[in-house]
Amino acid sequence: MQHYFYTLTDILDRHLQPNEIYLCHFTAEQSDFIRFNRAKVRQPGSVEQRYLELELIDGSRHTSGQTTLTGHLETDKDRLRRLLAELREQLPQVPEDPYLLYTQTVHSSEMVAKNTLPKAQEVFIDILEETQSYDFVGIYAGGGIFTGFANSFGQRNWHSNYNFNLDFSFYHEKDKAVKSAYAGFQWDTKSFQDQMARVKTQFEILKRPSQTIAPGNYRVYLAPAAVHEILHLLTWGGFSLKSQRTKDSSLRRMLETPTQTLHPSVTLLENTAEGIAPAFQAKGFVRPDQVTLIEQGRYHSPLVSPRTAKEYGVPTNGANDEESPVSLDLAAGSVPMTEVLKTLDKGIYINNLWYLNYSDRAACRMTGMTRFATFWVDRGEIVAPLSVMRFDETLYNLLGDHLIGLTKEREFIMESDTYEVRSANSARLPGALVEGFTLTL
Amino acid sequence: MQERLKQYFQHILPPVDFCSLRYVNTRSEKLSVRQNVAVPPTQRHDVGVMLTVINKGGLGYAATSDVSESGLRQAVTQAREWAQRSQGRMVIDLSSIVMPQPRGEYASVVQQPWESLSLSEKIELLSREAAQCTIQDKIVDWQTSLWNVQSEQIYLTSQGGEVNQLIQYLVPSIRVVANEGVNTQSRTLGGHGCARQGGLEVLDQIGFFGTGSKLAEEALQLLIAPNCPTECLDLLLAPDQMTLQLHESIGHPLELDRILGDERNYAGTSFVTLDMFGTYQYGSKLLNVTYDPTRPEELASYGFDDDGMPAKKTYLIRQGLLQTPLGGLFSQARAGLAGVANARACNWNRPPIDRIANLNIEPGESTWEEMIDSIKRGILMRSNLSWSIDDSRNKFQFGCEWGQLIKNGKLTQVVKNPNYRGISATFWRNLKRVGNQETYEVLGLTNCGKGEPNQAVRVGHASPACVFANVDVFGGV
Repeated sequence: MQHYFYTLTDILDRHLQPNEIYLCHFTAEQSDFIRFNRAKVRQPGSVEQRYLELELIDGSRHTSGQTTLTGHLETDKDRLRRLLAELREQLPQVPEDPYLLYTQTVHSSEMVAKNTLPKAQEVFIDILEETQSYDFVGIYAGGGIFTGFANSFGQRNWHSNYNFNLDFSFYHEKDKAVKSAYAGFQWDTKSFQDQMARVKTQFEILKRPSQTIAPGNYRVYLAPAAVHEILHLLTWGGFSLKSQRTKDSSLRRMLETPTQTLHPSVTLLENTAEGIAPAFQAKGFVRPDQVTLIEQGRYHSPLVSPRTAKEYGVPTNGANDEESPVSLDLAAGSVPMTEVLKTLDKGIYINNLWYLNYSDRAACRMTGMTRFATFWVDRGEIVAPLSVMRFDETLYNLLGDHLIGLTKEREFIMESDTYEVRSANSARLPGALVEGFTLTL
Repeated sequence: MQERLKQYFQHILPPVDFCSLRYVNTRSEKLSVRQNVAVPPTQRHDVGVMLTVINKGGLGYAATSDVSESGLRQAVTQAREWAQRSQGRMVIDLSSIVMPQPRGEYASVVQQPWESLSLSEKIELLSREAAQCTIQDKIVDWQTSLWNVQSEQIYLTSQGGEVNQLIQYLVPSIRVVANEGVNTQSRTLGGHGCARQGGLEVLDQIGFFGTGSKLAEEALQLLIAPNCPTECLDLLLAPDQMTLQLHESIGHPLELDRILGDERNYAGTSFVTLDMFGTYQYGSKLLNVTYDPTRPEELASYGFDDDGMPAKKTYLIRQGLLQTPLGGLFSQARAGLAGVANARACNWNRPPIDRIANLNIEPGESTWEEMIDSIKRGILMRSNLSWSIDDSRNKFQFGCEWGQLIKNGKLTQVVKNPNYRGISATFWRNLKRVGNQETYEVLGLTNCGKGEPNQAVRVGHASPACVFANVDVFGGV
């Protein structure tokens, strides 16, 4: 795949006119998807896709186009030449762009992963055997993900990654379920069985009669997956310099009111070095190993795309166009996971949150639902599963004044999103103990 | 391409119970002007094919961007292998399903083709509208954009079925943001939900021209408005919020695959159960909801779904009574219920599943004035801003861009950050007025997400304005 991409970019080099510059971004995947319901197969299949995005620049005019590739050189050469001709024809009609920024310093890189995944057709037998006596539902997604970049200055970047993500739930009845995931780069039957055993233990608690609680303020523990949902909402423009400058960032109170801070234990990074996403972005800029977004509760730095950098005259830090983090890292706290129930004492243990959105973006106030295994805890013991509840709370309470502590241990979460492509986003996060968490419905 | 595809398909057909080929060839272009600077245009050409095999009780698919004969052959081999592996392990009894052998075609009605204006003319059009948004320094961001999509779809079956569909649509958008201090308010054209099938004529149909300055004025009004009060009020929803309300708390709960449990690990389940169809009073007698793929201008109109089922208008809820689920061929067989032709895939690389398509509330009899006159103490909300609902599609909380109080039958104070919350199972029973044809709007969204692997599809929604009694509303902090 890498050689094929470079062969195509060589062709681009040859067809470029002297005044032209190109940026070229390649994304491909060979994926297996097995969808399960009730411990049976719903839809199994494979997808092989290759896309190439070409940006053509002449002076300060530029335009871009994407095409699918077949993998047959003659056909793809034709497609590439046609795309180049179309973009060339468009250029005179496009206004000059004052915010065009591309890198002329060559930063080539190569990260070639080894494929140690078994065939998905074999894995799914493991999965079905382990789940037969349960109401098991979810998806296995696995295979290779390939990303490349090239430009007419000679920069070449390549990143390949072979991983899998079994994202699943065990249902007891109605909406009572335990959700978990087994993800990684190498399928290990023993590790998989151990993970299943942990989930089955929690599943047993779901069989207890469920309890309903009234809306109000509660002491809660948010497991890392729930913390991930909260931070994921912030990625909708929260850390984006463009959003900040256009007064649309949900974190703007932190930016504009120095007294508005989070708890001092909150340090949040975009940690490219520890994530699984490529270290280069679609325009060829290389991401630094870390960008500190929030440091000890205080706002630190935004994510800056090349376009925003040019507009506001600041350096880019290799952010994508959306200026959203892809490798989030929330620093660990001091509460041992083994002490969580004891420290919580009386309150709610929330494994997952769901469908978050802002109820007041300016105040970074968000709403969402508890989902999957949520338990009532009394005297440091899990007592009963709870029915789903809606919360409505500001970030400044959740990770600020009302934060009791973050856990000492963190979980590495590989995002299971598969919209158009399999996500390479990830997060390393602790759980959070929070006082006075507001449930509304 | 069609003849070549048919030849390839004949050459690669394996000896199986059923095999289908679904080819999708989509060209799209996005143009945008932000803060009076043209964002460089992006175009996309996406071509690929999915082969599906059903054999001896097993099913498998394989999709590829290699549409050569060798690419198709490799894909059908993979699909066949999956079908073999899944034999005896499928959640669906495939022997109960007779795959349709459809023959027909569908094409969007386009009056003014996208290509009838040059690229520079289209950028100029967006620039003119953007320039009208900047009526004051407090307008800190503004953007106008157009996204045109033209998608050719061919569906072939091993038994001779052949469907050709050409879908063309336009997604126009305007957003204006006003700010003062820590207060930021935005207004959009139709809550970002104005997509329709057709060409550039859609811009006139939805009132695109001249809207920028109106939205800017409204955003400035919101800046100085008080927060929405916390109160239990009568709620008048404009069509650009009704569509979201309809989508989330009727559309998704009626999806049959959710009811059957397929989506429980991701998009969620439903508070609706199979036994409710034909007996459950979903809403007041004023509520009539249809699946209607026949409106040419509506975003998700089509002739056949992606399993080859012919599409026709069907009442899902009539006079408040739940009648028909949103379930395609496979779900209907599993549930033993009649459904609709709504097995849809977002692209060639994802398999069809039950989706909302065009989902509409049929107009009632109340005029706009009558609805406002009828409200002693209430609030009007327009344009969706925020949405959140539980995985059973019951407990919801939605926010809008624009709120305006209603007192003694008169629209009064504008309020900012209007939100409301409720429970689907009771909310629709409090529907007390349905607007007439004059209040009716045809809208559409392109980002309905669901499925494993994930798929975002376009959905059409048409609705009149409606009044709901006794709703909990609240504002910002």
